[in-house]
Amino acid sequence: MTTQADPQVAVKPAGSFKLSMLLNDTRYRSLTFQFIALVAIIATMAFVGGNLVRNLAEAGLNISYAFLGEPAGYDINQRPIEYDSQSSHGRAAVVGLLNTLIVAFLACVTATIFGVIAGVLRLSNNWIVSKLMSFYVEIFRNVPVLIWILIIFSIMINAMPAPRDFRGDNATSSMLFDAFAFTNRGVYSPKPILGDGSMIVIGVFIASIVGIFLFRKFARTQLYEHGKLIPTFWPSVGLFFVPVILAQLVLGSPITLEYPALKGFNFQGGMQIRGSLIALWFALAIYTGAFIAENVRAGILAISKGQTEAAGALGLRPNRIMNLVVLPQALRVIIPPLISQYLNITKNSSLAIAVGYMDVTGTLGGITLLQTGRAIETVLLLMLFYLTVSLLISAVMNVFNNRMKLQER
Amino acid sequence: MKKTVFLGALTVAGLAASAAAAGTLDEVKARGKMNCGVTTGVPGFAEPDANGVWQGFDVAVCRAVAAAVLGDGNAVEFVPTTGKTRFTALASGEIDMLARNTTWTFSRDVDLKFEFTGVNYYDGQGFMVPKDLGVSSATELDGATVCIQTGTTTELNLADYFRSNNISYEPVPIETGAEAVQQYNAGACDVYTTDASALAAQRANFEDPSAHVILPEIVSKEPLGPLVRHGDNEWGDIVRWTLNAMITAEELGVTSVNLDEMAAGSNNPEINRLLGTEGDLGGMLGLSATWAKDALAVAGNYGEVFEKNIGENTPIGLARGLNAQWTNGGLIYSPPFR
Repeated sequence: MTTQADPQVAVKPAGSFKLSMLLNDTRYRSLTFQFIALVAIIATMAFVGGNLVRNLAEAGLNISYAFLGEPAGYDINQRPIEYDSQSSHGRAAVVGLLNTLIVAFLACVTATIFGVIAGVLRLSNNWIVSKLMSFYVEIFRNVPVLIWILIIFSIMINAMPAPRDFRGDNATSSMLFDAFAFTNRGVYSPKPILGDGSMIVIGVFIASIVGIFLFRKFARTQLYEHGKLIPTFWPSVGLFFVPVILAQLVLGSPITLEYPALKGFNFQGGMQIRGSLIALWFALAIYTGAFIAENVRAGILAISKGQTEAAGALGLRPNRIMNLVVLPQALRVIIPPLISQYLNITKNSSLAIAVGYMDVTGTLGGITLLQTGRAIETVLLLMLFYLTVSLLISAVMNVFNNRMKLQER
Repeated sequence: MKKTVFLGALTVAGLAASAAAAGTLDEVKARGKMNCGVTTGVPGFAEPDANGVWQGFDVAVCRAVAAAVLGDGNAVEFVPTTGKTRFTALASGEIDMLARNTTWTFSRDVDLKFEFTGVNYYDGQGFMVPKDLGVSSATELDGATVCIQTGTTTELNLADYFRSNNISYEPVPIETGAEAVQQYNAGACDVYTTDASALAAQRANFEDPSAHVILPEIVSKEPLGPLVRHGDNEWGDIVRWTLNAMITAEELGVTSVNLDEMAAGSNNPEINRLLGTEGDLGGMLGLSATWAKDALAVAGNYGEVFEKNIGENTPIGLARGLNAQWTNGGLIYSPPFR
């Protein structure tokens, strides 16, 4: 019977191939169609590509990346690496790229914190807390992120005092602890200056962090193997602060702080976090945080209630149930959508020009594009950049995801 | 995503090619409307009035060209463009001409493939600061925060000026003039820099214009003028000579008041050639004989347009200065109509 179900297969002996079989024979038909589709796609691409090349040639334009080596001629306010107006367009692109990575990293970390807190609290039994969190999620999730960026930025520049308000005897604003200044141009804070011997202090600091980890590991083995509960919180805090402070004092304070001070038009010295960075960072974090909150909530709800009840029956407190039982399992549900939220943050950071933050879209895709007129080249480069960063984030997060996955034995 | 952008780029390139292929003049005539790129709003130069009708110095050039070509100064579709979008809009054929405080530079003319058809305002980059800062010269601006429109020549001039004077500054790049003014007024920047004419125009809209000063330094040459796409010389000629007609009319004393009287014929052969009663200059452009008369009927000659929109009796209050007729010691000079 099986031979009659597909007569062509049964009847045609191998070798006698007819052209009509390409359409009639189920063995070849799908291949035929795939081939036709492939040829059509290649032909379309070739036609479109040929058109582009011909039109560019007609307009007297050629594809060239030589402009990347020419002096940029413009200044950038936030420079993670050395840059001035005589540096090349390529270097300006790198500065923009680093600025994109800075804001994307900060926003990813902050959004995760916002998201986890809001997601957990939205499931709280406390009516006010859970409603407040639903309010946050719905408000921020349903208004475009560009609007949030603009709102936060304009609130910042209009509500915060200008640096000139700090001047004079009857200044309307003053610095917090004489160390922090909150202005509508950004936040100024003290900057650590590394003197001689500061490397030792930093080394001590790193060693004490390693020490904290080792100590906690030791405490855990004591608990699991000998049933002894050793307090870890205060010893960790002690380990964190005491050795560093001792080293700093013994070595005669090699690390000093440089305080910002009002000089001329602006605060000089110290560290400046620009208003544009703050607005963009905060807007991206709070907007994406609302999405992550929903992911977290979904992850927690995906864990069967039996788990919580079983943990409760063992005598665990709600806090520990969440941290030890629910969240570790929920992470498996949370991480995959989290990856796409991180990608969204990175891509949404290209809205930076709305607040004058010089990211790669602002430098390479903005000023460089306009000054050189090389639209196709810069846009291709931008695409390549965002593609690379997104794929890297995905790769890293996938590795993390695989480690968190349920290990099947 | 890669493909989409690629296809988008192709579409733009295709549009550019098709726009260049057909003559802009024929296209405009067939459409019955001319698309003119203007700013998103600079008082005096191009801004919609209370009734939503575009008014201003640059707008007048657009209207004059539309009147010369179509016989109707209102047959214009105004397309607001930003510093970033203006060149793409022109290159892609979205607009037929750009009259948007655009500086004539070598690279824009040669490398970006545009054709500047003349200069309707000789400008230079200046600085505006609040009076209470007590600054009287741009060289005192060391360490200042400067608001600047991104994607303009001013950005490069600013970097050059501060570098050559060996003083530091913090640039705050901003997309449109309106946003820059907002930040400047909030004190988020100490200085606002752009073309001196635009500074005066923006200041006129401030709550208290007298609380702000424009510093005496003019740090660049900014010849502003209308431009068209490279390659369509017939259309370029029309825009160029419409502007020249406005300039020549002022020089010859043809105003919106005496236009009809002059058009009936006069003793001055150049006026006759300009207004189409002698010779066939309009025919040479592919336009009607009364093209220049139609253009002048919209808003009058160059001087009238200047006085009405940005002159000393307007809130903007710009003096003619460099923009006086060459006969009065200025740079405004038109080649002869013959």
